[in-house]
Order: sequence, then structure tokens, then C-alpha cells
Amino acid sequence: MTEETPILEARGLVKRYGQVVALNGADFELYPNEIVAIIGDNGAGKSTLIKALSGALQPDDGELRLDGAHVRFRTPGDARRAGIETVYQDLAVAPSLDIASNIFLGREARYRGPLGLGLRLLDKRRMRREAATHLEELKIGIQSIRVAVESLSGGQRQGVAVARAAKWARRLAIMDEPTAALGVRETRQVLDLILRVRERGLPVIIISHDMPHVFELADRILIMRLGKRVAVVTPQSHTMSEAVAIMTGATQSELEQAMTKDEPAE
Amino acid sequence: MTLAHPAFQLTRRVLGAPTVGPLIALILAMAFFAVKSESFLQGQNLSLVLQQVMVVGVLAIGETFVILTAGIDLSCATVMAFGQIVMTKLAVAKGVDPLVAISLGILACVGFGLLNGGLVAAVKLPAFIVTLGTLNIAFAFTHIYSNDETYSELPSQLLFFGRTFTIHGTSITYGVVLMFILFGIAWYALTQTAWGRHVYTVGDNIEAARLMGIKVNRVLLSVYTLAGLTYGIAALLLVGRTELGDPNAGQTTENLDAITAVVLGGTSLFGGRGTVIGTLIGAVVVGVFRNGLTLIGVEVVWQYFVTGVLVILAVSVDQLTHRGRA
Repeated sequence: MTEETPILEARGLVKRYGQVVALNGADFELYPNEIVAIIGDNGAGKSTLIKALSGALQPDDGELRLDGAHVRFRTPGDARRAGIETVYQDLAVAPSLDIASNIFLGREARYRGPLGLGLRLLDKRRMRREAATHLEELKIGIQSIRVAVESLSGGQRQGVAVARAAKWARRLAIMDEPTAALGVRETRQVLDLILRVRERGLPVIIISHDMPHVFELADRILIMRLGKRVAVVTPQSHTMSEAVAIMTGATQSELEQAMTKDEPAE
Repeated sequence: MTLAHPAFQLTRRVLGAPTVGPLIALILAMAFFAVKSESFLQGQNLSLVLQQVMVVGVLAIGETFVILTAGIDLSCATVMAFGQIVMTKLAVAKGVDPLVAISLGILACVGFGLLNGGLVAAVKLPAFIVTLGTLNIAFAFTHIYSNDETYSELPSQLLFFGRTFTIHGTSITYGVVLMFILFGIAWYALTQTAWGRHVYTVGDNIEAARLMGIKVNRVLLSVYTLAGLTYGIAALLLVGRTELGDPNAGQTTENLDAITAVVLGGTSLFGGRGTVIGTLIGAVVVGVFRNGLTLIGVEVVWQYFVTGVLVILAVSVDQLTHRGRA
């Protein structure tokens, strides 16, 4: 990777909760068309970093750049309007609504003209059609777009959530432990889906505890410790155990070694 | 028989389908009373059932909105009683133009809706406690404002919705027509607009609603305020039917009947599931039981008994199907 402008870039993010420093000058960058995984022990600051990137919280210090331009997200809505969609681990879907309604949740399509403007009439056919085409493109096999999300398996539900993010994200998608609540087979389906989302040209940030998955999916792996980015590695440059060693607090020399080893890849 | 047994699954699916359960209950109840009493199925009696249902039916529309958001509104009938006193006292004792009096009465109910909604949405108090409070406040206002007087000899504008017209020898109350129109509007708003989707989502998964950028507080405020509006219209229907402004109105059966109608209609007390058409059926079921039991000469206290049993049955079905989904 050369002088390409990152899609999303963070410099020196700081977030304090009283005496606790959750982020202590964290850096981050995401380049076009890549999957970046963020790993780190509990309390390393992964979630705080993700929340700062998705507008769920505001950092006390540091700056965010989107396509090179300075931005500030005061709410998740700001980030969403900027083209950043987030998938949450706890399945942020409305179980009693059907798949099409969930994909269009909060962004319902109305009829054009007086029916839509005056009577606020929803264009259900258009939403169903678009949702069905979209799921087909992502190869999510679901019998009918009209079934309620609650009748789907956990994997299919998360599939709907990922598909929703992929549909609306113009710049990038953030996936916060998207497979944490899923079984083995379902996890596989969601991972394949994330790869397909990237193939369609959408860069992805993913948080996961699962090292094999991280090493399978990610182009680059960002390792957090004590509120800082301590290393950026790739599946080619490091083994899983090396990554875990860095994550859990390897010696300083090992760290430096890891950093220098990382340089050529950058 | 285990919970996975096909027969049980089928029963649960049928009972879980939005309006099938309530419809079966309605048909069974009507069949029972048709056998027990010759006059039950006569057009004039069925028309009477609807006339008796119209007030509770309209109250239940607002209650459906609220329960869909996983809330509850205990104040519905007392707020209606207050609206009824405002419009009748203004028109009779204060000489206010009847249409203005009606508007102000409805506005008083909308005000209570706003208060409920504001406390639930902004102060984040549980709906049960908020509306228990406003129930008592509306009760107090009703008696203070009316000085416990009853207002009669109302101007004709206030009585319009109690009037009837005749089709093929069956008289139909204008208020019943209005009730059906309101159910139609409510159905449209809940099923054909984005607002309706958001109401369901807030009751279904409030966190998901927030994360998807739905303005949850605005939805809650609009729901309670619209509910207040329906209570105001119910007040007008009540005045039309009783031809009185009565400070003791709406304090016995209407509160529970409205909630019973919603629950019998298949709307889940857990929020996010239900239909306003189910509520209409539920309201008619309540009306059929009250009317039918009177026709076959059962004492009034047993009507309370039956309503109580019905509501517990309906909630049990709700609980059972909800557990199945979770």
C-alpha cells in the first residue's frame, strides 16, 4: 500500500471515563477495498475505538478524517449520513417485522407524488423488490422476503443485518463482533457474506475475538493494548500466536520486533 | 404432550396469527348466544351491540397504539370522562358555541395524551405509573371542574353521534360509522406508513429502533398524543349516547374493557405485535358478551366475571406464543 488516501483515518484519539483512560492516543486507518480487523484483550479499547468511529461516542481529543477531510460525528446518525453503517453483535433487528421492512427500517420508501407526500403511503412493493434483489446479489438464501425476522435462524438474522448495512453503507461498514452470538455453521455463513460484501467494493472494519476468523478475513490486523494501537500486522507477516503475544502484552523487544517486521508490509 | 408436538405447534400458530384467534372467539360467542336467545341475531340487536361498543372501540384504538409500543394507558376512560365534562359544561353552563366546546373537550384529552407521552418519552417513567397518576389527576379534574353536577339538555351538535339512520329497517348510529372510519384510519397509519413501522419497532426492540436512527421519543410522544385524541373523540361519542355530561361516567367498565378489547384482539402486552383490526374484533367480543349475557338474563356482576376470565385467557395465549418466539 502506497500513498493512497485512507477512506477513514483517526489520529491520536483519546477518551477518558473519569480516571479510566479507554483510548490513549489511538490511531487508525482503513484503505479502500480492504478488511481491517481490530483485536485486543478486554479493556484494550476496541469497543471505544469503534464507537468513536461510528459516532456512538465523541472522543475527548484527536481527529477523524473521512476521505482526507476532517469530520466530527456527534451521533450515529452523523456517521450514517456520511455513509458509515454498523452491524451490532446483539442483532439490531425488529423481530416481528418482515425482512424487507427490516432492511428498510428507518429509511422506508414512500410512493412518489401525492400518495407518498400527502398520504405518506409506503411503497411496499418497491421495498420488497429491492430487498429481494439485494439479498440475491449477496447470495443470502431466504425463501421469502415477507417472513418475519423472528422466524429466521440467528445466522439468517445476522445475514439480514449485514445485508442492511451493505445496502446503505456508501463508504464503509463496521461489524462489531457480528458472529459472537452465532453457532459454527451460522458463523461460517456470515463470514462468507462479509467476504462477498468486500468483493462488492465496500471496505469493512471488523472486531472479533476469534483469531482463526480474523486471520482468514482480514487484510490487515490492528492490535490494541491499553487504549493504543500497538501494532498493525497482516496474516502473512505474523502467526496467530505472535499476534496474541502482542495483544496480551509481550515484552518491549518483542513488540519492537513486531513493529519493524510490520514496516515492509505498509 | 411436549411443546414441540405438531398439534401444539399448529394451535400456537393459529392462535398466534394476528386475527384468527379473536375471530374464532367472536364466532363462538355469537353462536353460543344465537342458540341461547332468539333475539340475539336480529339486526336491531346487533346494531345495539355496535352502539354499545362504539365508545370502548374508539378508546381501544388509542390503547392499541400505546400497547404496541410496549406501554399501557390506564388513564384512557378517566381522560375521556374529563373531556366529556369539559365539552358539556362549556356548552351548557358557559354558553360556549357547541363546536368550540367540543373542540376544547377533545383538546383537553389531547393535553392529557401529551402529558402521558412527555413523561414516558422524555422523563422515561414507566407508562404504568405515569398513566396511573394521570388517571387520578383526570378523575380529580372531572369532579372539581363539574362540581359533581350533571349536565343535560345538551345542544344538538353534541348529540349527533348518538343519532341513527335507517337502512332496511335497521337503525345505525352515526357514532358507529365514525368508529369504523377511525379504525380504517388507524389501520392505514399502522400498516401503510413509516410511522406505523416505527411504532411496531419501538415496541419490538427499542434499542434497534434507536440504532436505526428512528426518533424513539418522537414516536412515543406522537403515540400517546394520538391516543389522547381518540379518547377525546370517544368522549364525544359517549355524550352522544348518554345525552349527558356525567362526572361519574367512564369510571366503571370502560378502562378495563378498552384494555380487554386490545388484548382479546391479539395485541401483545409485550409490544410490537398486534393489529387494530384485531382490536375491533376484540371490542365487539366484549360487547357481544355484555349484550348476550344480559339477553339470557345473567346478572350484571357475572359480566365482570366473564370479562375478567376473558382477559386472563387472552393474556395467557399472548404469554405462551411470546415464549415460543423468544
